[in-house]
Formats: sequence, C-alpha cells, structure tokens
Amino acid sequence: MTKKANLNYSVQEMISKNKKSNSLGNLVEKLVPIFLLFCAIVSVLTTIGIVFTLLKESLTFFTKVSLKDFYFGTEWSPWTDKFGVAPLITGTLLITVIAICVALPIGLAAAIYLSEYASEKVRRTIKPILEILAGIPTVVYGFFALTFVSPLLGEIFTDMKIFNALSAGIVVGIMIIPMIASLSEDAMSAVPRSLRDGALGLGATKFEVAIKVVLPAALSGIIASVVLAISRAIGETMIVTIAAGATPNMTFDPTQSIQTLTAFIVQGATGDTSYHSVIYNSIYAVGFTLFVFTLLMNILSQYISRKFREDY
Amino acid sequence: MHTNNTSKLKNRVILNKLFKLLFIFATSIALLFLGVLIYRILSQGLDYLTIDFLKNYPAPYIEEAGIFAGLMGSLFMIAITAPVAIILGVSTAIYLEEYAKQNKFTRFIQVNVQNLAGVPSIVFGLLGLTFFVYMLELGYTLIAGALTMSLLVLPVIVVAAQEAIRSVPKELRDASIGMGATKWQTIWRIVLPASIPGILTGSILALSRAIGETAPLIIVGAAAAIYTIPDSIFSKYTVMPMQIWSWTSRPQEEWQYVAAAGIIVLLIILLCMNAIAVWIRNKFQNRY
Amino acid sequence: MTTIINNNAAFSIEDFNLWYGNDQAIHQINMKIPRNEITAVIGPSGCGKSTLLKTLNRMIETIPSVNTSGSIKYNDKDIFSKKMLVEELRTHVGMVFQKPNPFPKSIYENVAYGPKIHGIKKKKVLDEIVEKSLRGAAIWDEVKDRLNQNAYGLSGGQQQRICIARCLAIEPDVILMDEPTSALDPISTLKVEELIKELKKDYTIVIVTHNMQQAARISDKTAFMLNGELVEFTDTDQLFSNPKDKRTEDYITGRFG
Repeated sequence: MTKKANLNYSVQEMISKNKKSNSLGNLVEKLVPIFLLFCAIVSVLTTIGIVFTLLKESLTFFTKVSLKDFYFGTEWSPWTDKFGVAPLITGTLLITVIAICVALPIGLAAAIYLSEYASEKVRRTIKPILEILAGIPTVVYGFFALTFVSPLLGEIFTDMKIFNALSAGIVVGIMIIPMIASLSEDAMSAVPRSLRDGALGLGATKFEVAIKVVLPAALSGIIASVVLAISRAIGETMIVTIAAGATPNMTFDPTQSIQTLTAFIVQGATGDTSYHSVIYNSIYAVGFTLFVFTLLMNILSQYISRKFREDY
Repeated sequence: MHTNNTSKLKNRVILNKLFKLLFIFATSIALLFLGVLIYRILSQGLDYLTIDFLKNYPAPYIEEAGIFAGLMGSLFMIAITAPVAIILGVSTAIYLEEYAKQNKFTRFIQVNVQNLAGVPSIVFGLLGLTFFVYMLELGYTLIAGALTMSLLVLPVIVVAAQEAIRSVPKELRDASIGMGATKWQTIWRIVLPASIPGILTGSILALSRAIGETAPLIIVGAAAAIYTIPDSIFSKYTVMPMQIWSWTSRPQEEWQYVAAAGIIVLLIILLCMNAIAVWIRNKFQNRY
Repeated sequence: MTTIINNNAAFSIEDFNLWYGNDQAIHQINMKIPRNEITAVIGPSGCGKSTLLKTLNRMIETIPSVNTSGSIKYNDKDIFSKKMLVEELRTHVGMVFQKPNPFPKSIYENVAYGPKIHGIKKKKVLDEIVEKSLRGAAIWDEVKDRLNQNAYGLSGGQQQRICIARCLAIEPDVILMDEPTSALDPISTLKVEELIKELKKDYTIVIVTHNMQQAARISDKTAFMLNGELVEFTDTDQLFSNPKDKRTEDYITGRFG
C-alpha cells in the first residue's frame, strides 16, 4: 500500500499495540468523572454545611430564648440578656433603604445613558470604570464613610453622630451602583434594535424611546438587578460595622447610630464570647435570619429574570 | 395648529436634551465618588507609605507601624486559597459542562452554585467558625481562614470556568473525539487549554475579591495585630484588610493616615491583579 | 488490518432507522458501502445524509436523545455491539468536517494530535508521521517552513487540508467527509477535490455533499437520500445519466431542492 510507503511500520499497528498496554488510561477515564463529581458535591456540601450550622446553633439558641422573644422583642442587648432582634432588622432596613435611594437613581440613569445615548467608545470606557467601584474592598468603603462622608454630612446635620446610618447607607449605595448600572445596562442592550427603530422611525426622541420602549421591555432585568442589589446591601458587613455604629436602636432617624444584623455578628464574634454561650448561639440565630433574607431576595431575583426572559 | 405642533416638538426635543444631561450628570456622580475616594486615600496615605511601612510589623507607635505581617499573611492565604478553589471550581465546571446528564440533580447543583454566590460573605465566616475552627479543631489558624475563603470564592470560579468551557466550539471537541480520543483526553488536551484564558481571568478576579475580604476572616479569627509572619499553615495570621480595619477603628485621627497607607498598598495589589486579568482577556479574545 | 475480509463492503447497513427523540430522521436504510472507492451521498438539506454519515463512526452519539434500530457492520463487526470500543472504531473510521476545525495549536501539533493521544510519543516517529501526513494531504510544500506556527493563520482551504492531514496521521481505513468544501472558495475546493481523488487509492471515502456536480466529478458511487430514505444507490455515472427513480430524476434535474 502506498500510504505506508515512506514508513517501515504501520501507525495503526503501533496504536493497537499501545492500546493493549494502556490499562492506566482506562483507569483514568473511569476515575476522573468520579473525582469531578466529588468536587461538584463540595459546593452542595457547602450549602448543606451553611444551613446545618446555622440551624444547629440557632436551635440551641432557641432552647434558651423563645422564638417569640427573639422575633417580637424590641430590645437587643445581649450582654443583659435582651434578645429582641427587631432593632437589628430595622437597622438593616434603614441602611438598605438609604442605599437603594442612592443607587437606584444613579445606577438606572447611568444604565440609560450608557445603553441609549453613549457611543460605543464612551460605553466601553465608562462601564469598566464604574465596575471598579464594585471591586473596591468593603473595608476601604467603611474607611471612606467614617473619615470622609460622616464628617462632611456632620457639617450639614449638626446633631449628627459620628457613627450614623446615613453615611454608611450612602456608601453602601455607592458600592451597589455598578451592580444596578451594569445588570440594567445588559438588560437594556438586550432589547432588540428593531423595537427602537420602530419608535425612532415614528419621530420619537431618544428619551421617549428610552422611557416608553426600552425601559418597559427591560423592566424584568432591571427589577432583578435591583433585588440582587438589595440582597448585597442587606449582607454588607464592613461598611456598617465601621461607620454605622454598634447601637441597636429602633429608629428610622438616619443621623443616629444603629446596628445591623451583620454588624452584630462581627461584634458578637470578636467580643468576649465563649464557645456555646448564649451570645455565641445568638450570632447564629442572627446569621440565620440574615441568610433567609438574602436567600429570598436571590431566589426572587432569579425568578423574575427567568420568568420574563423570553419577552421578545 | 401648525405652530402648536412645532412648539410641542420643540418641547420634546428640549426634554430629550435635558434628560440626556441629567443622565450624564448621574453617571458623573458615580465617577466622581470614585475620584474623591481615590483622591482622599492618596492624599491621606501617600506620606506614610514608605519602605519602612512595607517592612514593619504593626506597632503601637505610628512611626513604626507597618503592613508587612498583613501583606505576607494575605499572600500566604492566597497561596492556599488559590489552588484549592481553582481545582475545586474548575473540576465542578468540567463536571457540569462535560459529564453531568441533564437531570434534576445537575440542575440542583447549578442552582445551588448560583445561590451560593449570593450568600453574604459573613455567613461563610459562620460556616468556617463552626466547621473549620471548632469541628475540625483547626482553631484560629491560617488554614482555617484560607479554606473558608476557598469556599467563598468557589461559586464565582465555577461560573467563570463554566462560561469559558462553554465558549470552546463544539467543532473542536468533535475533531478530537472523531479521531478516537476519549472524553477525558479531549477535555485535557483540547477543551481545557482552549478555555484557560477565561478560567484564569475569572479566577484572578475571584481571588482579588478574596484579598479584599474582611468580614469572614474576622469571624474565623484572623488577628488584628500580630508580630510574626506565618511559619506554618497552623500559625496565627493577619491579612491586609484586617490590619486596615484595626487602624481605622482607633480613635486617634493620625491612625487614619496609617490606614490610608495600608489601603494604598491593598489597592495597588488589586489593581495589578485586575490589570493582569484584563490583559489576559484582551490577548486571547475572539480566537475562534 | 490483519484480519482477512472476504466481503468487499467496508460498511453493510441493514434495516437501519434513527430517531432524534420522537422524530424519525432515517427510515429503513439498506446499503453496502464499497471498499477503496468514493461513495457520495447527496440529497436536499434535512434529508438525513449527514446523520447517516455521522452514524458510521458513531459521532451521532454526541447528540443526546438519539435512538437507533437495525444494524451497521464495519468489516463484518457490528459497530453498536458492546465489544466494539467507540474509540477504536474512530481510529479506523476518520472524519473531516464541514467547517475546517483545526485546533488552536501549531500545524505540527495538529497533525501529531492523533498519534499522540494513541500513545505514540517518540519525537522521531512523530516527525515522520507529520511529514508523511502533510505530504499525503498535498500541503507539505506550503507549510514545511512554518510547522510551529498556529494553524489559525492559514487560509480556509489550507486549514481544511491540515484537517485532512490530521485525519491521515493515524492511518484510518475509512475517511468520512461531511460537506468538506462547503465553506471554501472555488479554487480551494478544486484542490481539496483533487486531493480526495488522490486519497482514493489508499482509503475508503464516504462524502456527503450538497453539490451534485461535485458528486459527479469525484465519486464512483452515489446515493440519493430524501426525507430520511435511501431512494437510489448505484454507480455515479448511471445515477446522473439514467436515474431509475422519478424522485432522483427530479432532484438532479433541479426540479426541487
């Protein structure tokens, strides 16, 4: 055969010889998927681990403090045995509301500008710069809130505390701007050209197209991004630990010092808490409450974006 | 009638311009925040950022305080976190993309990874405290912190690696399988090399998140001030953000400048990591 | 192959059916694909010709939810039997795809890929195989000075010949070609066609093509498929000059498709 003319051996013969001695290869082929499955299960175990540890320690906590006292009590003072979680929840809510008030208008406006007005070149420059905001460590934001935003606001509100909900909330808002801007911009960019062209062809201005065509079409994506941002704000720890204070306070006055769920966990874990004391258990009860809040938000966000994905 | 229409049109055009300005203004505010933040930190910290600051351990006196322990702690931590998280993450991604059957269990893993990415970092700290610190009796050690961090960044790496693997064209897999290559040979020799840029970019970004994290490490007991660098994985340790946090919480104003100097070091490291990630992404973009 | 084969068919296909989920794509096909000849399969798009081709080396199994019935024998061995290792089948039955799909590696690494995965490691042997394969695919002279360059730098026609060389490197007995020139310009197409005719000496070739002229130019036997059925399978000259079936006649005279 001519195909073997240049070689004095056959490739197929070499291959079949190698095949016979290749039991190692067969073993690898069988073991690899098992190893990979094992790795994939680690992420499942992580979730199970989280739920299990939170539940276990929380249940211990609830043998010492009743569910009713925890969820309906209005005073949080663990070192004097008062475990009403409401002040921590209102503190978390206050921070979240302030943050969304900052991030929603700015993030959404930036998204509209980038997707509807800005040229491709501007968009490709500004979007990564905005995303830098998301990459800055939260401890840096906390530092910024405490040493810059808080004194600055103190000039305006004279009875402002150094540690206060307002400056922490604003800075949490800055942190989540890129999340809203980026995800909303993605949703708006996904609106087909043809929808825009239809409206522009009828003589609509870009603003009208943005408000009446693009925004409604991208609404589910935008809402999903906001819900996700809320979840981030609820779970944010360092900014509120550094700048919002450690005063569980059932107030909606943003100039006051408050404490969030996350900030208490830090306080509880760093303070003089011994293993298996009530306070040690209480950080898990608080952590469980936090986990449920953020999980619900994440599921809601996924549900919204999946449910309305195939609009066009 | 005609003039009425014209003036209406004029109004609409003016409205359009007005809102365009408003949108630009809002975008600028976001950029302004970033500018002010960076300016503030540079103006406060640059004077304190000396060679001694990089070489010194934390000290009770401002002139002698340094970030060396934090810097080394962060590096050691990443040296453990990176291989653990990348091996687990990439393996999970390969399993989900190449081996898993389309069934409920696979979808469950997938949804689980997504949800895990949304769990607040401090909750990972609580997991680490119970599991690594107490159950495995690792205590407040480097390995406990690094493993906690591995779990924290795992979902981010899984998602990035899945995207990278998915972007390898089916034609390349077909070519390999069509020559009698086994599934694993195809993955190892074709799919993985082709998706390495995407995996690297995603992993570097995920690890840069780990370097900046503070909250979970507070919970698993990273020290705020320590005068040695870790000599084993069971050593006590601190990391840069912990150090910055401890300086920030001191009442005397001068410590803020030390904190700012520490922040500059941290940000420079993050900037370098991001620059590498972006460089890899641009260099290998659109190869197919 | 050391086994002695009495029968002159490389593939014998008997009562073969194939379903994608609930949709039947191939209906009751019987045909014998002759050794060392070029067999062309033509038909309008969606007629099942590519599906049939991909079944011959079981590449069809990369698509989930495929079911088959009937038998396909390669050298008298059932390709679906448990004893038949799919990897081994594919080392004997190589494939060239519609779109040139070189790996993002050097030209050398592309061609050496097959021998390497099958355990051939000696540099000297690999060098020889690479040169012989590139010569066999009539592209040696064009690339011999840049074997270490990425194959993506080549033109589409060159890439396709690299893919053919890659396929030749493990010395298969059969080469399956799935519209190998559909993504190429006319000049590259001509070169690839000449190469295919050249390869006939040593290989059994099955080529799927949407281009009737191409089938007429290069093949010895032609099969015409329609709606998953084999309508007519005979010598190429006869099929084009004197089709037996009305549907074949309609197709080759351009009345549909």
